[in-house]
Amino acid sequence: MIEVSGLSKSFKVAKRNPGIISALKSFVHPQFTTIQAIDDLTFNIKQGEIIGYIGPNGAGKSTTIKIMSGILVPDKGNCKILGYTPWKDRVNYVKNIGVVFGQRSQLFWDVPVMDSYNLLKDIYKIPEKMFEENLDLLVSTLDISQLLDTPVRQLSLGQKMRCEIGASLLHNPKILFLDEPTIGLDAVSKIAVRQFIKTINKEKQVTVILTTHDMQDIEALASRIILIGKGKILLDGNLAKLKNQFNSQKVITIDYSESNEVINIPGVKLISQSKERLMLSVDTSIIKISDCINLLSKKYDLLDLSVDSRPIEEIIVSLYREYQI
Amino acid sequence: MKIYFKYLKILIKKELQYRTSFILLAVGQFFVPFIIFVGIYLLFLRFPNVGGWSLYEVALTYAIIHIAFSISECFGRGFDVFSTNIKSGTFDRILLRPRSTILQVFGTRFEFSRIGRLLQAIIVLIYAIYHLNIDWSIMKTITLMFMIISGIIIFIGIFMIGATFAFWTIEGLEVINIFSDGGRAMAQYPLTIYNKFIRKFFTFVIPLGTVNYLPLMFVLDKVNENKFIYMLTPLLGILFIIPCITIWNHGVKHYKSTGS
Repeated sequence: MIEVSGLSKSFKVAKRNPGIISALKSFVHPQFTTIQAIDDLTFNIKQGEIIGYIGPNGAGKSTTIKIMSGILVPDKGNCKILGYTPWKDRVNYVKNIGVVFGQRSQLFWDVPVMDSYNLLKDIYKIPEKMFEENLDLLVSTLDISQLLDTPVRQLSLGQKMRCEIGASLLHNPKILFLDEPTIGLDAVSKIAVRQFIKTINKEKQVTVILTTHDMQDIEALASRIILIGKGKILLDGNLAKLKNQFNSQKVITIDYSESNEVINIPGVKLISQSKERLMLSVDTSIIKISDCINLLSKKYDLLDLSVDSRPIEEIIVSLYREYQI
Repeated sequence: MKIYFKYLKILIKKELQYRTSFILLAVGQFFVPFIIFVGIYLLFLRFPNVGGWSLYEVALTYAIIHIAFSISECFGRGFDVFSTNIKSGTFDRILLRPRSTILQVFGTRFEFSRIGRLLQAIIVLIYAIYHLNIDWSIMKTITLMFMIISGIIIFIGIFMIGATFAFWTIEGLEVINIFSDGGRAMAQYPLTIYNKFIRKFFTFVIPLGTVNYLPLMFVLDKVNENKFIYMLTPLLGILFIIPCITIWNHGVKHYKSTGS
């Protein structure tokens, strides 16, 4: 459904150095550097997938989303979505997509949410019946019935985000782009938003492309992740597989009565050590957890012990590190 | 068009929420230009006429350009303050909607407080017409209407060009005010009082002369030949919008290829 091949985009950015002299210099003779925002991206997305599109700040996530939603024209490459090239047939294409920018609102600030919804109904030429149905569904699943008559400026961040997401789904889009939808939300709102994304994905087969820095979003939602860094795709795959690959790593934390023993077990790496506490990362493909515990109990007078899988957060951090981005 | 009225409904609703600020703005909009007219009036106390035009004739010229300007600012304000859309990223949102960008930019702002400026211009218009002995034929009435329409469209065109600049540079858009505010200030007098270059510029480049000066030659019976052409000039002035739309579309294309 989404086919992206060889997509590249670079930006010209004026070079600015600190200091008044160089500011003058660049005023008289501006110099530009070219930044390759994305470089030769290729991927396919099938209908009904939820893609976690992740990468550190400045990796090119937003640029990709902007190209895929028809806002930007790439320098090179092709992108076919639902049979359209997004930047060519803008008006017809955007009818089929919904976009939520976590940091930008699409609702009118000073009037009740419902007024914005009604305007969207006319902008997208949504038939009355479909509008009513969608509104009912959105109101009940997003729990926004109380909010519709409130001016947007009086809503909390979480309430606003729920209304934003509602606004982007009124016209039955087949694809939903979410750019950091949970940024700044409290725990309850985050869970509500996640739950809702899951629901519409299941019930309406909406394909979701989600960028986020919140790894819990990814864990809760994404069936597949695409990792991008410095404009290139570094990893594209199933989240479960990725987790398994990294889950040979377990973390053992032990509390013990004072000891200065030094450990040296193959397959075990020291994370941190204090007088009473030790954290180890264990590679279970080299040494079994039970063996490792055995060895430890011989060396230390154990008071407490816990074994954890590495959280997804850490997996991603180690991925960033691995790819040096 | 229906969708534009929907936008208007929301925008008016929004403006009505800030009553005090609306009233103060409207009052300001009434008096600031009105003082300019007082200046013109005082000028005519000294001199019987300017370039062969009497006080009341100049008042008519003034009224028409100010009516057109206030209406165009009221509806076309979205273009006038467009650079804020680029800064805040609202324009991305516009590109995500399945409607024309021009329609949507019109829909971003509506400056109802310009009714103050409109009101003072209408008062001056009535004052001028009351004192002038114009034999109002149907043709003259229609011409007057077209003068205002032409003025509105030309000013909106200027705002559009100014807005297009924002695709290239965020700051320094003041330069377009030379033509919008400056143009209005120039065209509140009949162009005949200026030198040839300015006259030509405001006739053929930015055709504000076609809004009041040229058709008024017909309305005030200052010409005897080619009356028909003078009458038609407001319609020709409207054509100015065509290059403006072209330039705008070019700007949108540029934005899409560079981002911000």
